Amino acid sequence: MKFFKSLTTGQRTVALSLGFMLVLSIVRLFTNADDITSSGTISSTLRVATPILLAGLAGVWAERVGIVNIGIEGMMIIGTWFGGYGAWKWGSWAGIALAIVAGSLVGLLHALATVRFNVNHVVSGIAINILAAGATEYLSIIFFKGQKGGGESQSPAGKGGYGEFDMPFLSGGRIGSWHSPDILGWIEKKHDLPLLPDLAGFVRGLVSDIYIPTIVAISLVPITAYILWRTRFGLRVRSSGESPQAGESLGVPINRLRYQAMAISGGLAAFGGAYLSCVFTSTYRQGQTGGQGYIGLATTIFGNWTPFGVFRGAILFGFPSALKFRDEKNVPALLLVIAVILVALAIVSLLKNKQLLATGLLIGAAVSAATYFLVDEVPQEFVAATPYIVTILVLAGAQQQLRPPAHAGIAYRAGENH
Amino acid sequence: MKSQRLQRMAVTSASSLLAVFVALCICAVILLITGKDPIEAYKTLFGAAGDTKVLQGALNRATPLMISAAAVAIGFKMNLFNIGVEGQMRVSLLATAVAGAAIRLPAPLHVLFCLIVAMATGALWAAFAGWLKVKRGVNEVISTIMLNFVALSLVAWAFDSFFRVESTTGSLLVKTKELPTSAWFPDIVDRRLNGMFFIAVLVLVLFYVLVWKTKFGFQLRASGANPGASRVTGVNPKRMIMISMLLSGALAGLVGMRALLGDVHAYQNNLAEQQGFNGIAVALLGRNHPLGIFISALLFGYLGEASGRLQLIDIPKEITTIMTGIIVLAVVIINEAVKRWDDRRIQHKAALALEAVAVPA
Repeated sequence: MKFFKSLTTGQRTVALSLGFMLVLSIVRLFTNADDITSSGTISSTLRVATPILLAGLAGVWAERVGIVNIGIEGMMIIGTWFGGYGAWKWGSWAGIALAIVAGSLVGLLHALATVRFNVNHVVSGIAINILAAGATEYLSIIFFKGQKGGGESQSPAGKGGYGEFDMPFLSGGRIGSWHSPDILGWIEKKHDLPLLPDLAGFVRGLVSDIYIPTIVAISLVPITAYILWRTRFGLRVRSSGESPQAGESLGVPINRLRYQAMAISGGLAAFGGAYLSCVFTSTYRQGQTGGQGYIGLATTIFGNWTPFGVFRGAILFGFPSALKFRDEKNVPALLLVIAVILVALAIVSLLKNKQLLATGLLIGAAVSAATYFLVDEVPQEFVAATPYIVTILVLAGAQQQLRPPAHAGIAYRAGENH
Repeated sequence: MKSQRLQRMAVTSASSLLAVFVALCICAVILLITGKDPIEAYKTLFGAAGDTKVLQGALNRATPLMISAAAVAIGFKMNLFNIGVEGQMRVSLLATAVAGAAIRLPAPLHVLFCLIVAMATGALWAAFAGWLKVKRGVNEVISTIMLNFVALSLVAWAFDSFFRVESTTGSLLVKTKELPTSAWFPDIVDRRLNGMFFIAVLVLVLFYVLVWKTKFGFQLRASGANPGASRVTGVNPKRMIMISMLLSGALAGLVGMRALLGDVHAYQNNLAEQQGFNGIAVALLGRNHPLGIFISALLFGYLGEASGRLQLIDIPKEITTIMTGIIVLAVVIINEAVKRWDDRRIQHKAALALEAVAVPA
C-alpha cells in the first residue's frame, strides 16, 4: 500500500489500468467474450468517453477556480447546437471552433452571475441549463426549420469530416501509399494467450481508427494537468479555489482568474457538445447530450478533481456503453469483472482492518457473480445508471479519499470576510 | 415592526416584478434580433388572458408547479437544495400507478390511498439523499442530481420489464394498467381544470402554517439561517435535515398526481416530465413564500398555456423557456443587489444612531 501511495497520479493511472487489464484478460479467457478487450471496443470507448472527458475537464477547471458548475450540461447543449450550425455552414472544424467560442461566452455568463453578482452557483447553473435548452430549441426553429435535411429539432448534415489516424506498424497505418504491417492486430487475434492480446487490443484501440478531435481532446488531459500544477497561472487558479482570501492578500487577481477559468470551462464543455454533433454524428439533434454533462460532473468528483482522474472516470463510464454499442452479449461479462474488482477491494480493506466494509464488498461480489450466471442480458437502463450509482457509492464510501477544492461553491467577494 | 415587515414585503415583491420585467425586455431584444416583432408577440401572449379557457388551462398547469415549488422551498428554508424533486416524482408516479391499480376501494378512500402512496414513495426516495447527507456528509445537490438519473433508469426499467400493458385500442402509447375510476381525481371544469388545484392550494396553506406558525417551523428556519446558534438552543441539525428532506420528498410525490390521477390515469413514459425541475424556478421567483409561489406558479402556468398562441403568428413558443431562464437569473441577481443595498442602509442607520449617543470628546 505504501508503495502505491508513493506513486504520482499519472503513475497510479497506469498501474490501475494494468491491473484492470489483467482482470479483463482473466474474465475474457473464462467467458470467451473476446470483444471486451478488442481494439474495436477500445476505440469506440474512446469515442463514447471523449465528450464525458471534456465535460469532466470543464468541471475540473470550474471547481479548481472555486465555482461549482452545474451548468456543464447547458454549456454542452450550446456546443451541440453551434457545432451543428458551424459544420453545416462552413465545415466540420469551423463547427468545433464556433462551439468553443459560444461555450466560452456561456461560461463567462456563469462567471458574471456568480462573481460579479454573487449569485448562488447552483442556481446560476440551473438557470443556464434552462436557458441553453430554450435557446437551442428556439434557434433551431429559426435557422434549421425548412432547410434541406434540417427541421425543428435537428440541423442539416455538417460538411466535411476530420480524417482518421492509424499508427504505422502498430495498427497498419499507411506511409505514403504503402500499407505497413498491422503488428498489434496480429497479436490481438491470438485469443488463447492471457494478457498479451488484451494489451495489444488496448494499445491498438488507442492508435487505430482514431479521429483527430479525439486526439486533441485526450491531449487536453496532460495539458490541463501541466497548466494547473506547473505554471504560475495554474497555481493562482488553484489558490482561488482553495482560499481566495489568501490569494487576494498576495495580490492574485481572483475575479479575473475566475472569468478566465470559466471561459475555459465553458469552452471545454461546448467542445464536448460539438464532439457529439460534429464528430460522433454529423448533425445536431435536440436532446443529444442526454445528461452527459452530468456524467462529466460525476467524473470530476470520481476523478478527485484531477485531469488524470477524470480521464480514468470517463474511460470507466464510457466502457460499458461502448461494449453495449458493439455487442450486447459482452456486457454480462462485466459483472464478473465487477465481482473480481470487489473481491480485490475487499482484500485491501481487510488488510486495513475494515471487516465490515470487506464483508459488504464480498456480498456485492457474490451478488454480481451470481447475476452473471442468472441473466443473459444486462438491461440498457442499468448500463445508463452505472456512472451515477458509482459516483454515489464513491461519495458515500470513500469520502475521506476525496479532496475537493476547499472554497468551491462558497460565496466570495473581493475585500470581504478577511 | 408591522410597517417594517410591510416595507420588506413591498421590496421583495417589487424586486420579483422587476425581474419579470427585465426578462420581458431581454426577450424582446432576442425577438427583434431574430426578426420577430416583440410588440405583436407580447400582445398575443398577454392578450390570451381574456380567454377563460386559457385561464383555466393556466390554473391547471400551475397546480403541479405550486406543489413542486413548495417541495423545493421547504428545503431552501433549511438551506437544503433539493434538485431531486424530478426523480422523487418519477419514482412515486410509477409506484402510485401500480399500487392504485392493484386494489379496490370506494372513491374518496381510493384517491386518498393513492395520495398517501405517492407521498410515502417520494419521501422514501428523498430519504436516500437525506441519509447520505446526515450519515456520510454527501452534498445534497450532487446526490440528488445523481439520484434523479438513477430514478429515471430504475423506473424506465421497472416499467418496461414488469408493469407495461400492451394497448388494446391499437395506440402506440404503452401504459401501465389503467386506474379504476374510483381513483380518478375529479375535474372542476371538465377536461380543463382538475380538482388537484385545491390540493395544491391546501399544500401552500399548510406549508405556510407549518413553517411560520409552528415551533417546528421556527426551528427549521432558525436551523437553516444559523445552524451553530440553533444547535446551542437544542435543535439537532441532522434531525432537521432528515425531516425537511422527507417532507420535501413527500411533496415531490404529490407533484405528478394531477397528471396521473386527474388526466392520464396510468403511468406512461414522459408523464409529468420536467414538472419537478420547473418548481425550482417557481420557488426562486416566489422567494420561497407561499403567496409568492402561488403567484409565480400562475405566471409560469399562464406562460406555458398561452405560448401555444405564439406559434399561430410564427414565433417559436420556446421563447417562454428562454424567458424562464432569464427570470431565474434576474430574480437572484436583483435579490442579491437589494440585499446589499438594504444591509448598507441598516449599517448607515446604525452608524448615525451611534453618533447621536456618543459623548462628544
